[in-house]
Amino acid sequence: MKSSVITFPGSNCDRDMDVALKKFGFNNKMVWHNNNELPKSDLVVLPGGFSYGDYLRCGSMASKSRIMQSVINFAKSGGLVLGICNGFQILVETGLVPGVLLRNKYLEFICKNVFVKLDNKENAYFKNLNKDVMEFHIAHNEGNFFCTKDQLKEIKDNNQIAIYYCNSEGKIEDQYNPNGSIKNIAGIFNKEKNVLGMMPHPERMIDQSLSGEDGSIFFKNLINNIK
Amino acid sequence: MKVSAIITLKKDVLDPQGKVIHQALDGMGFENISEVRQGKYFEIDVNENDPNKAKAIVEDMCKKLLANLVIENFKIIETQ
Repeated sequence: MKSSVITFPGSNCDRDMDVALKKFGFNNKMVWHNNNELPKSDLVVLPGGFSYGDYLRCGSMASKSRIMQSVINFAKSGGLVLGICNGFQILVETGLVPGVLLRNKYLEFICKNVFVKLDNKENAYFKNLNKDVMEFHIAHNEGNFFCTKDQLKEIKDNNQIAIYYCNSEGKIEDQYNPNGSIKNIAGIFNKEKNVLGMMPHPERMIDQSLSGEDGSIFFKNLINNIK
Repeated sequence: MKVSAIITLKKDVLDPQGKVIHQALDGMGFENISEVRQGKYFEIDVNENDPNKAKAIVEDMCKKLLANLVIENFKIIETQ
């Protein structure tokens, strides 16, 4: 299975993602943002970080970079595109997934483990997972998911909510919402469910001795689903 | 020709930075404030002498990059 991780100036989770993808069997290539062409891929990942120094709006400049036209075409033809953290911010700026990510409600950079509840398993990312609640890491300043009322209705009607912030039992309540996101939303699909943007970092949970194993479970399942 | 654009957050979008600035101003004794909203201001020197054309170019920039229309409004405010 082939994957590509796009590196933008200011990306800093690209190599972590490379390590994670290779660990679970992907033949991964790093792709520079200024390239025009995407290598043949089964999965494209937009990694976390601070592309273009978060200037203007997080992800806005990266969403216009040269490689992104190929990524958008790949997504529109049904290819799997996963955006993590800054990658999620880039995805919303391209319009591939709806909404925007605003500054965290309490203006703090949040860096901690969170639990998320999977809402929809009818997709390549979560299909066959035998867990409904997963523990991932978050580290962001702008993760406060926002969309208009009309968009929210559309997102719900199309089952586009991928994951919610919750507690270890899967309870979705305001007290478990770290950043003020509407409805505790931590990740969103496009309508077709081949594009997923999420704030939590599964690539940081791939080693029991360092962090946790839920990232390993996520990536193992993902590569099996793609095969 | 210089064209300026102001980007502001839409009414129903939470502006925590504006809120904190409001609180700070309040603490400094500026008590007559009902709300503070923070925005962005751009001055763009366009190689175009026709003011309408220059404005149209900046408007296009606002729509495509400078503003995110889900949460922001833009206004072309002056030309020189």
